[in-house]
Amino acid sequence: MNTAVNGVVKDRAGHHTVVAIVEDKPGVLMRVSSLFRRRGFNIESLTVGHSEAEGLSRMTIVVDGTSAPIDQVEKQLYKLIDVVKVTDLSQEDMVARELAMIKVRCNNVNRHELLDIANVFRADVVDIATNSIILQVVGDEDKIDGLVKMCEPYGIRELSRTGRIAMVRGTKTTTVHDPEPERIRQFHASQGRRVEGELPFSSD
Amino acid sequence: MARMTGAQMVLDGLQREGVDTIFGYPGGVVLPLYDTLPQFPGIRHILVRHEQSAAHMADGYARASGRMGTCLGTSGPGATNLVTGICTSWMDSTPVFALTGNVARSLLGRDGFQEADITGITHSITKHNYLVMRPEEIPLTVREAAHICRTGRPGPVLVDIPKDVFQETAEYDWPEQINLRGYKPTVDGHAGMIRRAAELIDQAERPIIIAGHGVIWSDAQAALVELAEKAGIPVITTFLGIGGFPESHPLSYGWLGMHGMFYANMAADKADLVIGVGMRFDDRAMGRFKDFNPGVKIVHIDIDPAEIGKNFPVAVPIVGSAENVLPRLAEQVKETKHPQWVRWIDQQREEHPSLYIRESRRMLPQYVVRTLYEETNGDANIVTGVGQHQMWAGQHYFYKRPRQLITSGGLGTMGFELPAAIGAQVACPETETWAICGDGGFQMTLQEMAVLVDEGLPVKIAIFNNGYLGMVRQWQHLFYDKNLVAVAMTQPDFVKLADAYGIRGLRVETKAEVASAIREARTYKGPMLIDFQIDQEENVWPMVPAGAALSETIEAPAEELAR
Repeated sequence: MNTAVNGVVKDRAGHHTVVAIVEDKPGVLMRVSSLFRRRGFNIESLTVGHSEAEGLSRMTIVVDGTSAPIDQVEKQLYKLIDVVKVTDLSQEDMVARELAMIKVRCNNVNRHELLDIANVFRADVVDIATNSIILQVVGDEDKIDGLVKMCEPYGIRELSRTGRIAMVRGTKTTTVHDPEPERIRQFHASQGRRVEGELPFSSD
Repeated sequence: MARMTGAQMVLDGLQREGVDTIFGYPGGVVLPLYDTLPQFPGIRHILVRHEQSAAHMADGYARASGRMGTCLGTSGPGATNLVTGICTSWMDSTPVFALTGNVARSLLGRDGFQEADITGITHSITKHNYLVMRPEEIPLTVREAAHICRTGRPGPVLVDIPKDVFQETAEYDWPEQINLRGYKPTVDGHAGMIRRAAELIDQAERPIIIAGHGVIWSDAQAALVELAEKAGIPVITTFLGIGGFPESHPLSYGWLGMHGMFYANMAADKADLVIGVGMRFDDRAMGRFKDFNPGVKIVHIDIDPAEIGKNFPVAVPIVGSAENVLPRLAEQVKETKHPQWVRWIDQQREEHPSLYIRESRRMLPQYVVRTLYEETNGDANIVTGVGQHQMWAGQHYFYKRPRQLITSGGLGTMGFELPAAIGAQVACPETETWAICGDGGFQMTLQEMAVLVDEGLPVKIAIFNNGYLGMVRQWQHLFYDKNLVAVAMTQPDFVKLADAYGIRGLRVETKAEVASAIREARTYKGPMLIDFQIDQEENVWPMVPAGAALSETIEAPAEELAR
């Protein structure tokens, strides 16, 4: 959960958003989740998927920091051989998002009301049937909670949330791979321009 | 490059990693490996009698030699039997390489005969583990696993290989280089932190060093002596740190903790600066955390960053190995002495002589250990089980060198003693090795006496036989109103048991026979068992009751001393 203040997302008190870059190997998810279980660290959400680098996955873990000092969480994660890098994004300005699909009961009479609500939340309708509708919404947890609350009176048949993914704002990254500067430079040269941040041609 | 079977690759890889001994037990799925074993005469296979012992033997071998120990079990029960031994090594951070077979790949996950998910089972008690699904992966896996096992904070690794992967052939390509991007232990120690630690040491009026197992594993005894002498700092050790600082040294004040020396506990509790080296501020050592020495400043040197700040806030954290950090720290501290502080601890020791053994006609266990110390000139390797005898062996034998006391401190595994002593004797064939056993724990792994005979190992077994699970009896006596439940044991005739295994046995029933029995065992060439029928009611003192603070250390009550 978080609150957006001037566009900057902050963690809810005591919560931390930890990004772990891990080797894409069998069993790595179990190693991480088993570590949290054994050490008594509470997970609010855990999301995992491919990262920009081949062979590395990115896990976004929202930890209840009241269950453990966050530096212990980081250090214990680092002890896993398959964990390459750990960053506590709570120290940074970050963008955090979650996606949810909500299947809501509806009929000809109240469908329009629901569509109006969806509009306010900028949710998409991804499926529609005679007596139900699937809304897809992207946002921070508060926004999704808000939409869920608005849908509740109609009857939520099914709710699926991805859990949070997050990134630091600006040029800073939490990645570990080599960005292959030569390849990037060649690409930009082939387009007749310099890599972002370098001097323009005119100054050569 | 050559074509090899998976089994050949495993053994060749282990040999390249310096493995000369495997403690193992065969079974269906590891038969391809056993079939290949004769091709590798450089690897000695020791056939154990239970896989748990194989892991303890590998552990004892590692602790005695400083090298990686290797054990092997088959799938299913063979693998799960290793678990207690692996966990023992995990808790005490010792380098044990566990190799297991598993069912063929096509049968994995189908609950076939003797299948167990051993990588899943051992996730939380290994530093890392592997399930190898292709023979091509074996060389890199063996190399990586051995590297992880030995470096940084050592710890057990497990490599699980399905039967058909042992059998399949592939090109053998030994990797000269490995690069584990998620594993880069910090060994050097941050220069700025070392400087700050030196400043704190210079300012301290009552500094104390607590040396742990890490000092032994990084061979830092000499550096520790240098630092202690230069800055005039008294040294105490943890239980596993015994031997990390010579106990004969004038600055040595024994070890601290639940059954540590009274004066060591007081010194830790009254110091204004604690320098923890290669130790983890465990509850058995430090007593109740929140009441440990309020106001003390802590400098914590450890190779595992996760240990720093885990239980106590730390003034100066230094992540690095003791062998790297201590010499640099010794270089930077001022040469000084703390005569008042040392005198205060000396006075504590005079007023509270925790290691005094009272005159008694009974065969006191303390007396047996002390006599063993004297008879062996303090030179023997001592391997203990867990319980009262373990504490007495730690207290009343005085250790001069690292790796001299081998004991399960973290997990507290009864039955560790005999197999670990076997491993230690294999690693150090020239060193006199004594397994000090409890009468309870001995019966958990006594079948390994057969290995002593098979391998001709002259391990001396001293059973401290009081007919009780002594430490449990002590707790029931002290904290459960003398309500003794399930602690009295009818013991077998240990001498006959030894005889049945073909080992010489001796029963000692009186104090007068103790020294001569030990002498006899020492002059006898082969393995020997002595059943010391020690006093039944003796308790271990001093004691910090579970949940109490170090400052609440209790000494032997007068009525017990009058016995």
